[in-house]
Amino acid sequence: MKPVLDARDVSVRYHLRGRRVLQAVDGVSLSVMPGEALALVGESGCGKSTLGRCLVRLQRPSSGAIAIDGIDIARMSERALRPYRRRMQMVFQDSQAALNPRRTVAASLAAPLLAQGVSRAEAAARVAKLLELVGLPEEAGSRFPHAFSGGQRQRINIARALALDPALVVADEPVAALDVSVQAQIINLFSDLRARLGLAMLFISHDLAVVRQLSDRMAVMYLGSVVEEGPTEALLRMPRHPYTAALMAAVPTRDGAAPAVLAGDVPSPLDPPSGCRFHTRCPFVRERCRSERPALVADVDGRTTACHFPIQS
Amino acid sequence: MRSVALRLGQGACVLVGISMLVFAVFFATPGADPTARIAGRGASPQILARIRHDYGFDRALPVQYIRMMDKLFVARDLTSFVDHGERVVPEVFAAAPVTLSLVGGAAIIWVGLSVLIGVVCALWPNGIVDRVLMGLSVLLLSIPVFWLGEVVNLVTQSRYHDTMLFSWVPPLGYVPFLQSPSGWFRSLLLPWLVLSSSFAGLYARVLRAELMAASGEDYMRTARAKGLSPLRIMLNHGLRMSWLGFVSLFGLDVAQLIGGGALLTEVVFALPGVGHLTYRALTDLDLPLIMATVLYSAAFVVIANALVDLVYLALDPRLRTGTRHG
Amino acid sequence: MAEPILQVRDLCVRLSGRLILDHVSFDVLRGRTLGVVGESGSGKSVTASALMGLVPIASGSVKFGSREVAGLSERAWRALRGRQIAMVFQDPMSAFLPVRSVGAQIDEQIRAHERLSRTDARARTVQLLQRMEVPDAAQMARRYPHQLSGGLRQRAMIAMALSCRPDLLIADEPTTALDVTVQAQILALLREVSQRDAGVMLITHDMGVVAQSCADVVVMYAGVIVERGSVETILQAPLHPYTQALMAATPEIDGPRPARLATIPGQPPSPASRPQGCVFQPRCGYAHEACGRRPPLRSHAGRDVACVLYEGAA
Ligand SMILES: Nc1ncnc2c1ncn2[C@@H]1O[C@H](COP(=O)(O)OP(=O)(O)OP(=O)(O)O)[C@@H](O)[C@H]1O
Ligand SMILES: Nc1ncnc2c1ncn2[C@@H]1O[C@H](COP(=O)(O)OP(=O)(O)OP(=O)(O)O)[C@@H](O)[C@H]1O
Ligand code: SF4
Ligand SMILES: [Mg+2]
Ligand SMILES: [Mg+2]
Repeated sequence: MKPVLDARDVSVRYHLRGRRVLQAVDGVSLSVMPGEALALVGESGCGKSTLGRCLVRLQRPSSGAIAIDGIDIARMSERALRPYRRRMQMVFQDSQAALNPRRTVAASLAAPLLAQGVSRAEAAARVAKLLELVGLPEEAGSRFPHAFSGGQRQRINIARALALDPALVVADEPVAALDVSVQAQIINLFSDLRARLGLAMLFISHDLAVVRQLSDRMAVMYLGSVVEEGPTEALLRMPRHPYTAALMAAVPTRDGAAPAVLAGDVPSPLDPPSGCRFHTRCPFVRERCRSERPALVADVDGRTTACHFPIQS
Repeated sequence: MRSVALRLGQGACVLVGISMLVFAVFFATPGADPTARIAGRGASPQILARIRHDYGFDRALPVQYIRMMDKLFVARDLTSFVDHGERVVPEVFAAAPVTLSLVGGAAIIWVGLSVLIGVVCALWPNGIVDRVLMGLSVLLLSIPVFWLGEVVNLVTQSRYHDTMLFSWVPPLGYVPFLQSPSGWFRSLLLPWLVLSSSFAGLYARVLRAELMAASGEDYMRTARAKGLSPLRIMLNHGLRMSWLGFVSLFGLDVAQLIGGGALLTEVVFALPGVGHLTYRALTDLDLPLIMATVLYSAAFVVIANALVDLVYLALDPRLRTGTRHG
Repeated sequence: MAEPILQVRDLCVRLSGRLILDHVSFDVLRGRTLGVVGESGSGKSVTASALMGLVPIASGSVKFGSREVAGLSERAWRALRGRQIAMVFQDPMSAFLPVRSVGAQIDEQIRAHERLSRTDARARTVQLLQRMEVPDAAQMARRYPHQLSGGLRQRAMIAMALSCRPDLLIADEPTTALDVTVQAQILALLREVSQRDAGVMLITHDMGVVAQSCADVVVMYAGVIVERGSVETILQAPLHPYTQALMAATPEIDGPRPARLATIPGQPPSPASRPQGCVFQPRCGYAHEACGRRPPLRSHAGRDVACVLYEGAA
C-alpha cells in the first residue's frame, strides 16, 4: 500500500527582524497510510501547527518534499496546486473563526462543491448527506454559524473539510476549545468517520489522553524535530525517549500520584541547545548528549527514537 | 541606528514628494501665472517679458523647481512673488513661535482637561456625573472654534471689557514672551482655551472609551483582586494602557495644528502665526510662500510621527523586543 | 477535623438579572486544597469573584474564619482583597499589566496593604520570587511580563498573590494556558503553598488535576453544586449521574481504551433556562418524575450528593 502523505525532511524557517532565523520545523519526516490516524504531539511552540499547515500547503516549507498520493506538492505554484487542494483539508481549533458568519451553513458547505462544477441540485443533496454524516439535523443547513454551540460548529467545520472527499484531513487541536462532554462527542465523531470513510488523518494535539483515543500512531515533537515515533499504545506504555516519558509522567491521572516534575522551560527556538535539543531538561543527560545530536533510529518493532541513551524496558 | 537613518530617509522622501506635488499643482492651476501679479496691473509686454526672464519663468519646470529648492533651503533667500518680494524664510520663522506658543499651551490644557474628565467618567460610568460631563464634551466638540472665539472676543473685548472680570484681557494680538512673559500669558490665555475646547471634548470621549474598554481586561481584574483603590487602578493600570491610543492621536493633532491648522483661532485673535501665513499665501497664490509653509508643516508631521513612535517605545516595552521568544 | 478557613452557605449571585449561583455551600479547610470542577459556564469563576467581593452577593453567608463578609462595604472588601484572600488567574500573560515590570506590580500590592518603603517591598518581592523557585529572582523582577515564559509568569502571579500572606488563595484554572510539563511544576508549587502558606481553592475542569492536587472536591453544574466530598471518595465511586458522566466522558492515558467514549447528550443549560427541578434532569439517563423537584445536597455514603436516587436510603 502506498502512503497518502509522505513528507521527507520538511523544514520551516521564519525570518525575523534583525536577521534572526527561527527554525520552527527542523527536518521532519512523516508518512500516513490510507485509513491511518497519526497524532502529532508536543508542547506549545514546538512547531506542530506550522508543520500541519505545510502538509496541506497553507504554507510553503523552506525545504523538503511533501508527497500527497505520490505527487510532490512542496514547491508547487498556487496554480499547479489547485487540482490537488481538494485532496487535503484542514480543521482548526477555533470553530468560530473558520466559518463565514454571514453565510448559512448550507451555503458554506456548498461553496467548494459549486466551485468544483457540481450542479446546484447535486450540491444540495451532498450537503444534506454531509450534515447527516456529522450528526446534525438537515434543517441546520438553513441557519447561520452563530446559532450553534461550539461543538456543533466544530461538526460543521468537519463537514466542510469532508465536502470534497479528501484523502487526508489535518486537524489542528480540533477539541482543545471544547468542554469535556462535548469533546467526547467530537472524538467519537472522528472515530466513526474514520471507520466509515477510511480517511487518513493527522491530529495535532497537546493532550495525550485525546491522542490515545484518536490515533494509531503518534509522533512526539520537541523544538521543531520529531524525537520519537511509533504506535500510540506502545509509545504510551513504554516510552523510550526521555521527553516522551516526561510528557507522559506530567499528565495528571485519576489515581492521584504526584507526577514526576520535569524542571525548566522549553528553550527558545531562536537559540536551540547544542547536541540533543532536550539535553537542558533531560534527567538522563550525559556528556555525549551536549555535543552530538542523536539521529532518529528505527527499531525492528516499527518505532523510531532520537536519543543516545533511550530508556530500556 | 539603522532604523533612525531609515526614518530620516523616509522623511526626506516625503518632503521632496510633497514639494514636487505643490509645485506641479501650482503650475497646473489656471490663472496662477505669477508674472502678471509681480508686474502689477497694466504692465507693458516688455516688462512682463523681463520679469519672466528675471524670475526664470521661461525656463523648463524642472529647472525652476530645482532653483526654487536651492533658494529655499541652501541660499534661504527665496522671495515672495507679491508683497514687494519679501523673503519667505524669515517670515515663516517669525510666525512659528506664535503658533508654537498657541498650540503648546492649548495642548497642555486639553490633555489635562480630557484626562480629568475621562478618568472621572470612567470611575463612575453611567452615573449622573458621567452623563453631564459626556454631554458637556459633546457640546465642546461641536462648537465651532471660530464662533466661540468671536463670542469670547465680543464679551471680553467690548461688552464687558471694563468690568472687573475681564479688565486684564489685553487687546487682540500677540505679545512675545521675551518682551513680557505676563503679557504673553495674558494675550494667549483666551486663545488657548478656545483652541483646546473642541480637542478637550474629543479627547475626553476617546479616553473614556479606552478606559471603559480596558476595564474589562484581565489585568484590570487582577488590579481589583490586589485590593487597590479604584483611583489607583484607573491611573496605574487603566490610564497606563490607554495612553497608547492617546499618543498617536495627540501627535498628529499637534503636528497639524503647528503646521497651520490653528488658522481660525489665529485669525479670530489676530495672532500672526503660521496658519495666518498659509492663508495669506493661498489667497495670493504666492508660490514661494505656499511652498515654504507647506514644507514647514509637512516637516512637523514627519517629526511628530517619529516622536510618536519613540514615545510608543517608551510606553510599551513589548515593542522593544521582537517576538514572544525574544 | 481541620479548622475551616472559609465557610460558604447558600451563596446566591445574580448578574444581569439572572441567577448565576444557586445556593452554593462548601468549606475550605486549612491544609486541605479544595478543588472546584465543572464545565464551562457552570459558575466556577463567578464563585471565585463572589468570594473576592468582585460581584455582589445576592444572599447567603460567606465567613472567613469567624468573620462574616457578605454585605461588607466596598472599602472593607478592598482591605481584605489581596491581603486575606488572593487570586491567581488562568492566563498569566493577560493578567499582568504588559507595560510595567513584574516586580513593580508585586511591589504595588505589598505597598497597597502595608506601610513599607520601596526597597523593603522589593526585597520581599525578590524573596517571594525565590520561594516560587524563580531563577535569578532579582533580575526577573525587573523584566516585563512578555519577557518571561508562561511558567515563570504564573510563578510570579502566585508570588504576587502570596505577597501579603493571605489566608486563602483562589487559583482559577491556573494551568489551563500552560504546557503539561509546566502544569506539573505549577501544581507541585500549589501543593506546597497549601501545606505551608495558605488555604488553596483550585478551580479546574480537569478531574486529573483534582485527583492530583486536591483533598476535597466540589462538582458544579449550571450554578449548582451536585456533589461534594473528599477526593478519594468521589473519584473512586462518583454517585451523582453528572459526576459519573463527566468522568466517563474524559479520555485517559492508561487503563483500557474504550472504542467509543461515553458522551452526555445535549448541552449544559444557560442560567436563563436552568430547569426548575434537578439541573441535570434534561441530560440525565436516570431522570424520572421525582426529578422535577430540586433535590438538596444530602449526605450519602461519605459525601454529599444532590440527587433523588440517593434520597431516603441514607
Ligand atoms: N508567522 C510566524 N512568524 C514567525 N514565527 C512564527 C510564525 N508562526 C509561528 N512562529 C514560531 O514558530 C514556532 C512554532 O510555532 P507553531 O505555531 O507551529 O507551534 P505549535 O506547536 O503549534 O504551538 P501551539 O501548541 O502553541 O499551537 C513558535 O516558536 C512560533 O513562535
Ligand atoms: N458579568 C456577568 N454578567 C452576566 N452573566 C455572567 C457574568 N459573568 C458570568 N456570567 C454567566 O455566569 C455563568 C457562569 O460563568 P463562569 O464564568 O463562572 O463559568 P466558569 O465555570 O468559570 O466557566 P469557564 O470554565 O468557561 O471559565 C455563565 O453562564 C456566564 O455566562
Ligand atoms: S539524547 Fe541524552 S539528553 Fe537527549 S533525551 Fe537522550 S539521554 Fe536525554
Ligand atoms: Mg498550534
Ligand atoms: Mg472560569
